[in-house]
Amino acid sequence: MNLSILLLLPLAFSLILLFVKGQKQVRAVALTAAVAQLALSIVLLFQFLAERAKCNSAFLFESNYTWFKQLHINYHVGVDGISVAMILLTAFVVLAGVLVSWNQEKLYKEFFFLLVFLSMGAYGFFISLDVFTMFFFLEVAVIPKFLLIGIWGSGKKEYSAMKLALMLMAGSALVFVGLTGLYYNAKGAVSFDLVQLSMHPFSPAVQKMFFPFAFIGFGIFTALFPFHTWVPDGHSSAPTAASMFLAGISMKLGGYGCLRVAAYLMPDAAHYYSTIIIVLASIAILYGAFATMMQTDLKYINAYSSVSHTAFVILGIAMMTKTSINGAVMQMISHGLMTALFFAVIGMIYERTHTRQVAQLGGLLKVMPFISSIFVLVGLCSLGLPGMSGFVAEMTVFMGSWERAGTFYHFATIIAAASIVVTAVYILRAVGSAIMGPMKNNDYLQLTDAAWNEKTAAVLLMVGILLMGLAPFWLNDLINPGTEVIMQKIGMIK
Amino acid sequence: MTNFFLLMQQELLLTVIIFILLFLKLGAGDIDSKKLMTLVNVLLAVNLAAGFFFKQSGSLFGDMFYTDNLLRLEKNILNLGVLIISLQSANWLSKHQHAVEFYLLMLSTLLGMYFMISSHNILMFYVGLELASIPLAAMANFDLDKKRSSEAAMKYIMSSAFASGLLLFGISIMYGVTGTLSYEGLKEMASDSPLFIFSFILLIAGFGFKISAVPFHLWTADVYEGSPIAVTSYMSVISKGSMIFVMASVLFHVFDKIFFTWYNIMAVLSVLSMIIGNLFALRQQNLKRFLAFSSISQVGFILIGISSGNMQGATSVIYFVLIYIFSNLAAFGVLSLVSTEKGKETIDDFKGFYKTNPALTWILAIALFSLAGIPPTAGFFGKFFLILAGASKNNYVLITIAALNMVISMYYYLRIIKAMFMDANDTPIEKVEISLSPKIAFVTCVAGIVVTGLASGVYDYIFSLVR
Repeated sequence: MNLSILLLLPLAFSLILLFVKGQKQVRAVALTAAVAQLALSIVLLFQFLAERAKCNSAFLFESNYTWFKQLHINYHVGVDGISVAMILLTAFVVLAGVLVSWNQEKLYKEFFFLLVFLSMGAYGFFISLDVFTMFFFLEVAVIPKFLLIGIWGSGKKEYSAMKLALMLMAGSALVFVGLTGLYYNAKGAVSFDLVQLSMHPFSPAVQKMFFPFAFIGFGIFTALFPFHTWVPDGHSSAPTAASMFLAGISMKLGGYGCLRVAAYLMPDAAHYYSTIIIVLASIAILYGAFATMMQTDLKYINAYSSVSHTAFVILGIAMMTKTSINGAVMQMISHGLMTALFFAVIGMIYERTHTRQVAQLGGLLKVMPFISSIFVLVGLCSLGLPGMSGFVAEMTVFMGSWERAGTFYHFATIIAAASIVVTAVYILRAVGSAIMGPMKNNDYLQLTDAAWNEKTAAVLLMVGILLMGLAPFWLNDLINPGTEVIMQKIGMIK
Repeated sequence: MTNFFLLMQQELLLTVIIFILLFLKLGAGDIDSKKLMTLVNVLLAVNLAAGFFFKQSGSLFGDMFYTDNLLRLEKNILNLGVLIISLQSANWLSKHQHAVEFYLLMLSTLLGMYFMISSHNILMFYVGLELASIPLAAMANFDLDKKRSSEAAMKYIMSSAFASGLLLFGISIMYGVTGTLSYEGLKEMASDSPLFIFSFILLIAGFGFKISAVPFHLWTADVYEGSPIAVTSYMSVISKGSMIFVMASVLFHVFDKIFFTWYNIMAVLSVLSMIIGNLFALRQQNLKRFLAFSSISQVGFILIGISSGNMQGATSVIYFVLIYIFSNLAAFGVLSLVSTEKGKETIDDFKGFYKTNPALTWILAIALFSLAGIPPTAGFFGKFFLILAGASKNNYVLITIAALNMVISMYYYLRIIKAMFMDANDTPIEKVEISLSPKIAFVTCVAGIVVTGLASGVYDYIFSLVR
């Protein structure tokens, strides 16, 4: 399968969108684009599995074209299990995002255009094997987010949009410095090619100098403490589909980059700095969880809990055992599905009640049983109920972290595991007072339950969550060879 | 003799155009400005096409004048920029009674720049520079009924004379030290004796004025604000671009022996220009002033590319100037239309612009994204390659400062995007009609912004020409 189709398809559809008139036609095109993406990524999954059974190389479906010859920049794409999983996640979230914004009225054409264009950035990032193209797509995805939040958002949207854009740009600026450092220090192989760079042993001094740039840079994207402040504002001001994309995919760009670029290319430095990163991740896990307890707005609750949950990804990467890295990848997928669904449900509630304050809601289960049940289910997933994806992913991270010998690491693992209790508190409290309990506002009696598009979106993501929760082995099998390649480099350090 | 015509083909054609205009002015009295503009645009397009057609290199007039394919390309880039400006200012010029004079002055400065670029002797360079700057002052005064315009002209001529003075002082000391004025001679005689370095620094100060690098930037904002927009865009793009071309070739080929001296100077100038340009741009309300300060910070990025001192750096600088012409002229074009038709040029006026003028808003947005260096626009590639070239000297402090300055500049570019797309406004600027010639200019600019970056051919082509 030629991976460039993953780029060309969204690009073609976003260009078509520019020439289509009328809300119905526009959203039909957008839906076609999203369905086509999902179909394509499922085809990719099966072809990948079939192909991998046959051959044994680290990356499949590679294609490599010279882009800027004099600067040794190539357009080099290829996938391993981790990227295939990420591509699937993206396709799921984008389709759900298009479905929940079905009734978008304000500037609908621009909205769907940006959404489809954004998905192209994500696919491009995940298939890139050249760090220049990777960086290119990382930045491609920033401005559509800025516009989506600023134009269609709610609350202090301009402020949030600006904060998000600037912090993410600062992140990519740091990544950029890290990448140029690697580029010039790969003596003899001056290149941006990930595969070539990974074969070049950088001296520990070089690694120690450029690892922080790359890791913090990507870390900002994935809400690394203390650079997480764009997350609550950005997520809560964004329109539903953009929140879903931001939390579901965009934050995963950072985690993927931390793993694929920072840790993979500079394993010595990753080892050297792992203590600091673990401390930061533990702080983020606890701080995020406690900060969530204080929130009264449903979107803020989910945004802060995202800070806490994505810190598991960082923790998993920094612990540097095979299981923990597997867990980090699983947590990325799980959190992507879960948080996208959470934002979708919150969006549905907000659209009907026009409030996101927990205190003003209540008794919603009586009037909108479907939405409420999904809300409860996704809440349970978030607090790590067995049978759902959250449990599998977090459990894997904990197991992997415990494998790393040493009191410090065990202590960090215990802290991380303890946060689940806090999670249970805020999730159950939100469920209890917003969904159950007495009806606080009699106007809510007239509200309707989910429409077909919302039901489809919710079921789609819920299927993903359950599939991963009940049968985790298939995902594990998918990503395992990918993490093994990474572990071969990291494992040599010990 | 044929050699003479072939080598000077671009200059001669331009002179012919200037003379045609002169005769038209003298002979025909009142000319229909529409016809005049069509004529000039066609002639400029012919000149541009001819520039790509001939491939002669060599020197003339006892090695005073030198040209090769790279210099031809640089002149063509400037010619393209002038053509775009001419197309964009159609609305403004058709209302102006002295359109012919405007073209006369503009093309004279362009001729001066051609000689500047092609000079192979520092005196020749000075003559070209004067030809390029004195008519420019007259152009700055072209809004005849506006006081600010004459103020701008006055400020420009003063600071320009001061810069020329510094330059001449530097040149004369340099002549005293080395006893030669030709580039070949200077290249041989360049040394790091204190007096030579002193004269060299005076030379750099003269350059610095022209490209408005900090700390020689003080004239920029006032002059840019006061001048008519066509002239502002001409100054910020063409005049600056020509000087950058000259700097790149002179520093790289004449003063390559004292690389470490000018490497440090360039690094300091670039950090200052980026930071100060950015900090002032943050607070501007008038879009012309804003673009003036943002162009100062852009110069900072260009200086990083120059500081690398290698072929990659030279290529990136020329490549960036090309991209800068497309993106800055697209921004100025929108501004020029709105300002001529509605007389509005502050950021607050542009609030809610998207509701009434979606096409213009997208053009301005793409231009600003390109200036800010956001992919997939060409500006991203331009800035990335400049900084990448600078990083070849392992000066990661400089690189980090540059990367963080890109973030600061993001803020003020996004501020305009925010005003246009997000801010509510009860009285947004009404719909502006885009006539044919600005439309051609916009299509060229946007196509340039999209294609120059993604298609690597442009970069490869420039690289193949760089010596």
